[in-house]
Amino acid sequence: MGFRLRLDLFLVAIVFLSSPVLSDLVLSKVDRRVDLTSQVVRISSTLKVENEGHDLVSELLLAIPDHQAKHLAYLVAVPIEGKGKAKSAGSSFPVQIVHPEEIPPGLTFYSVSLPKGLDKGGSLTLDVLTVFTHMLQPFPEKISQADFQLLVFQDTAYFLSPYVVKTQTLSVKLPSNARVESYTKLANTKGLDSEIRYGPFENLPPFSYTPIVIHYENNHPFAVAQELVREVEISHWGNVQVIEHYNLVHAGAESQGEFSRLDYQARPHVRGASAFRHLVAKLPPRAHSVYYRDEIGNISTSHLWGDSKKTELVFEPRYPMFGGWRTSFTIGYGLPLKDFLFETEGKRFLNFSFGSPIGELVIDKLIVKVVLPEGSRDISVSVPFPVKQSEEITFSHLDIVGRPVIVLEKTNVVQEHNQYFQVYYRFSSLSMLREPFLLISGFFFLFVACIVYMHADLSISKSSTSYLAKLQWEEVQVAVQQIQNVINRCLSIHDKLEASLHDLSRTGDVQACKATRKSADSLLKELSKELKPSLSFLQSSPQAAQILPKVEELIAKEKELQEKLMLKHSTIVDSSEKKSGGREIENRVAPLQQKVSALRQEVEDLLDVIDEI
Amino acid sequence: IRNGGKSDSVNGHKSGSNQSPSLKSDLISPTMFNLKTLKLKTKQQELLIRVTILCLVYVLAFITRLFSVLRYESMIHEFDPCFNYRTTLFLTQKGFYGFWNWFDSESWYPLGRIIGDTLYPGLMVTAALMYWTLRFLRFAVHIREVCVLGAPFFASNTTLVAYFFGKEIGDLGFRGRPCGSCTDSDLPWLHLEIRSYDNEGVAIFALLLTFYLFVKAVNTGSLAWALASAFGYFYMVSAWGGYVFIINLVPLYVMVLLITGRYSMRLYVAYNCMYVLGMLLAMQIRFVGFQHVQSGEHMAAMGVFFLLQVFYFLDWVKHMLSDTKLFQAFLRITVTTAVVVGVVALGALQLGISHHGRAASTLLLDPTYAKDHIPIIASVSEHQPTAWSSFMFDFHSLLFLFPAGLYFCFKRLSDATIFLVMYGLTSMYFAGVMVRLILVATPAVCLISAIAVSATIKNLTRLVRAKNKVPSTGSSKGASSTKSSSKASLDQSLPFQRNGAIALLVGAFYLLSKYATHCTWVTSEAYSSPSIVLAARGAYGNRVIFYDYREAYFWLRQNTPPDAKVMSWWDYGYQITAMGNRTVIVDNNTWNNTHIATVGRAMSSYEDEAYEIMRSLDVDYVLVVFGGVTGYSSDDINKFLWMVRIGGGVFPVIKEPDYLVNGEYRVDKGAAPKMLNCLMYKLSYYRFGELMTEYGKPPGYDRARGVEIGNKDVKLEYLEEVFTTSNWIVRIYKVKPPNNRW
Repeated sequence: MGFRLRLDLFLVAIVFLSSPVLSDLVLSKVDRRVDLTSQVVRISSTLKVENEGHDLVSELLLAIPDHQAKHLAYLVAVPIEGKGKAKSAGSSFPVQIVHPEEIPPGLTFYSVSLPKGLDKGGSLTLDVLTVFTHMLQPFPEKISQADFQLLVFQDTAYFLSPYVVKTQTLSVKLPSNARVESYTKLANTKGLDSEIRYGPFENLPPFSYTPIVIHYENNHPFAVAQELVREVEISHWGNVQVIEHYNLVHAGAESQGEFSRLDYQARPHVRGASAFRHLVAKLPPRAHSVYYRDEIGNISTSHLWGDSKKTELVFEPRYPMFGGWRTSFTIGYGLPLKDFLFETEGKRFLNFSFGSPIGELVIDKLIVKVVLPEGSRDISVSVPFPVKQSEEITFSHLDIVGRPVIVLEKTNVVQEHNQYFQVYYRFSSLSMLREPFLLISGFFFLFVACIVYMHADLSISKSSTSYLAKLQWEEVQVAVQQIQNVINRCLSIHDKLEASLHDLSRTGDVQACKATRKSADSLLKELSKELKPSLSFLQSSPQAAQILPKVEELIAKEKELQEKLMLKHSTIVDSSEKKSGGREIENRVAPLQQKVSALRQEVEDLLDVIDEI
Repeated sequence: IRNGGKSDSVNGHKSGSNQSPSLKSDLISPTMFNLKTLKLKTKQQELLIRVTILCLVYVLAFITRLFSVLRYESMIHEFDPCFNYRTTLFLTQKGFYGFWNWFDSESWYPLGRIIGDTLYPGLMVTAALMYWTLRFLRFAVHIREVCVLGAPFFASNTTLVAYFFGKEIGDLGFRGRPCGSCTDSDLPWLHLEIRSYDNEGVAIFALLLTFYLFVKAVNTGSLAWALASAFGYFYMVSAWGGYVFIINLVPLYVMVLLITGRYSMRLYVAYNCMYVLGMLLAMQIRFVGFQHVQSGEHMAAMGVFFLLQVFYFLDWVKHMLSDTKLFQAFLRITVTTAVVVGVVALGALQLGISHHGRAASTLLLDPTYAKDHIPIIASVSEHQPTAWSSFMFDFHSLLFLFPAGLYFCFKRLSDATIFLVMYGLTSMYFAGVMVRLILVATPAVCLISAIAVSATIKNLTRLVRAKNKVPSTGSSKGASSTKSSSKASLDQSLPFQRNGAIALLVGAFYLLSKYATHCTWVTSEAYSSPSIVLAARGAYGNRVIFYDYREAYFWLRQNTPPDAKVMSWWDYGYQITAMGNRTVIVDNNTWNNTHIATVGRAMSSYEDEAYEIMRSLDVDYVLVVFGGVTGYSSDDINKFLWMVRIGGGVFPVIKEPDYLVNGEYRVDKGAAPKMLNCLMYKLSYYRFGELMTEYGKPPGYDRARGVEIGNKDVKLEYLEEVFTTSNWIVRIYKVKPPNNRW
């Protein structure tokens, strides 16, 4: 086996174990539990530390071999105080990487500082959780569609430590029903159903090392996001928009040879056991407008469930993911602002989770971008673990100076990093109105421009014939309009006359009727005077040649109508004065009446015709 | 909804006219002042109604094209639009010069394609300009949205131009309501299939714009309008190869005007300016270049140009020589010399320039040409002659309104209507020859039908109005008994005129409303289903959507080496490059027939022969489309005969009869042996024989063709299956590397 060789080399490297003991600490009891059920390796060790020296010790060193340290994604040391497991994440010890002198090469040291220190004879129990990614190696590295995925895990059976370990146990948890090809058998090793137990080992000197290798089956999805970009955009109108761009790969054993859809369709769990077809994203509650798409469009294979605690998005990539296959997609969703944005001391802060909502996903490179609204100031960030931080500017709709973007970058991210981080900033609520105002003013100026254009005379040459013709035509139109107005007024006077006749037949008030006629007569005369200038203008203007005959006809007809109406009026009034019978009047008026209505019709038609010209 | 707009407009007119009499009867008591203001208002009302309707039409023309966006997604999904989108993306990223000089190595491997020289850039530049403008205005849009919504936007603009065109014609010929004609014309607009991001979307707009501006120029004789129409023409040339239609129709129109004796200075100015400037501008497009003065398609325009000069010259000479006899002598001499010179010049042209008229254009003049000579053009469904049913489907009631409109045009003959008539007739002919050109015919058909409708409605409403007036005038009279007599005098001639008119009006509205619903249905059902997403009815009547194409393209994009070369039939070329981002051997720009024939040959050869061809083309993956599982009928097996024909056209080794049995194309047991063992058959049916597709049928039952396949034991030696989509529609095979020699 190829990996054996490397282990041996490593053993050579740390062969001189005679280096001086770094401190007087002794680990009286160590329980190591290795969890191999998923693609990440979680090793949690419960350490009982005793100080056998004389001095106060304030730091505890943890050693991890270099080849493992480069896969280390997460390390946390939590004290266990008293009885039970009343531990909380907030009380974890600060951990940092150190390079103590005179240490064997090939090891990376992490120093856990104990804030209270450890007196002489004092003891302390703490839990150390380490999470490694990409540590499980597929073996064989390439499998065909029908094969199961086999993995190799290698570690030391003894707890690697610069301190003396008095008793130590190790248990390795494997996926349930997993087939175990082989595992290293030491003195007291027990292979249980889905667990392998080593130990207890007694009185191990510092830097004890015994390699173990476990070769087992694991068809757990090996979903690795080579890059994940999360964009969190805050809109103070009440929405937090999250867009996540995934670049996913199946990092397990590479598939080789044919992919047969027929086989996969017939028995997906046998012919395609190592493939995964769907992923689950646990989104925050009240997530809305969820979408799932990629560069070439929407992907329809997804389902969304939601209750008051969470929103669950189950989605399938476009094709089943076999080993080595890649895909990329984008998930987007909106969240209510009030769930994530809070205010303290005049500052607003966003409280948002750092990692991906997809469980059991290893992210090689995670970039979180927080897009703050335009006009945010005094920006500061607090993240519970070290990240690379930078700032940039992005432009969205109607931005003038751009929105500040906080960029947080971290490599090797696992589920344990799903912790909340905070972005503090100041933002005045008035700035919210900037964009609507911009839009409104934009439209306003558009309309103003239109009005100006309509009213301004933009012709270049004021003396060109077409321009002059246009001016003349406008004048003609004005004149025609005036004539029309006058005629209309005449017509309304006629209506009045008719009305007076109507009154007459009802009341018999001859005098009133006469008075009406008189006033109407004078009015009509005035109006005909008014007509004259416009008409003479039309006659003189060459542009009006087309319209002039109609206008003249109109005026003539109107005059005729006037005469006839007057005649009718006077006839009726006269005869009513003479107290003639209704029938007689009617007989006398009938021909006149007919003519009047015909003329009136003609006048109106002419008006319409002129209108249309 | 559309119909609402229409009836609105007519109601508007009617109410306008109805109001005045009723007002008069009411206004016995109120002041005269009131009357005057109200009278003014009716005029404003008309303007208001017109503008509102125009806005509504604009919006509606836009939103009816959003069916596919709403029903599916905002996505580019057709074949050609994929390419357009890809080039637009490139243009926005690399800038105009980068685009102009782009050598695309991802298509036509190993030849490549010079993009700047071989495409009409109008669409891409338009989209990019829109994109940059929006960006400048601080709208952070994605170029994809611009492309998807650009087509509806241009459709709306087209409607607007059509309105102005109709107005231009209407103002002269009829004093018909431009408003009515506009609303009418927008109805048919619905089925302009410019729903997706394609050249035609911009081109139809440009086409109509050019025509409108040209007609305007002819009507006014203004140099400015002629200039504008030259620019419209330039835009059209930059957008679509269909500009040839303009450059032939316009001279034809001028010719007709000359023959009918309608030559005028206005025409002279308009045509000269438009032709000379238009030609110079068009030559700036590299894809056109010197073809514009060299190829036979453009000769008519040049001939008419010279003819116009001769006309003008003769006019001038006639003016100078007062003696008619002298003039006739002069005419005789000049005509003979002109004819001689013309013949000599034509001969020289024929000799000097090898006459290679473009096949697609030749096809227009002789519909049977392609069938006999160029299978690649005949194989495109868009190039098939139009069936009657599709005319009926697309035009619906316009089909019989069209002749009526022509009648009205002839009744009121003017320069503008002559143009419209000629446009209508020629484009109808072309639409009959080629399905795709229905697009070009649509605006003409719409406008002419609109004229028919608006003329009819105008006449009818006049009748109705005339009747309305009489009683109202009568009622305003004091003496009531005279009413009956006056009425009788006006009402002698046609007894049921008014009722008849109303009935006809109702009929017309019914027709239009039917048409509107038909159009909406057509756009929503027939023209809004993207070809990349297949929709089917499931067993329980539910809608099943197959995303197989994109599944395959995305698989290619993600899981093949970036420089992999994919061989497929040319239909899928644009999509593979745009969505799969991989190099293809042939694509929808069918410029190299031999290359396509090589692919056709590979597909129709035995596997070992095909392997040699694929090795020589450096092919890594082969993609076939197969509908046997889903019953998707436009798959590669059904296209296969075209591959054989096109392959056989260049390589005589491939003979069509080898794949047929007694002239019949089959895939079952009775199929020809060569058919059962050719590459395409093997790739399509690989391991299909083991699959149960339908209950009660033997395994290997091909649902697209309804037969059990003939060769169930397909073994592949040189290729291996690497991916098949979930419904087996796309199958991808990898070409194995050659075996070691020892």
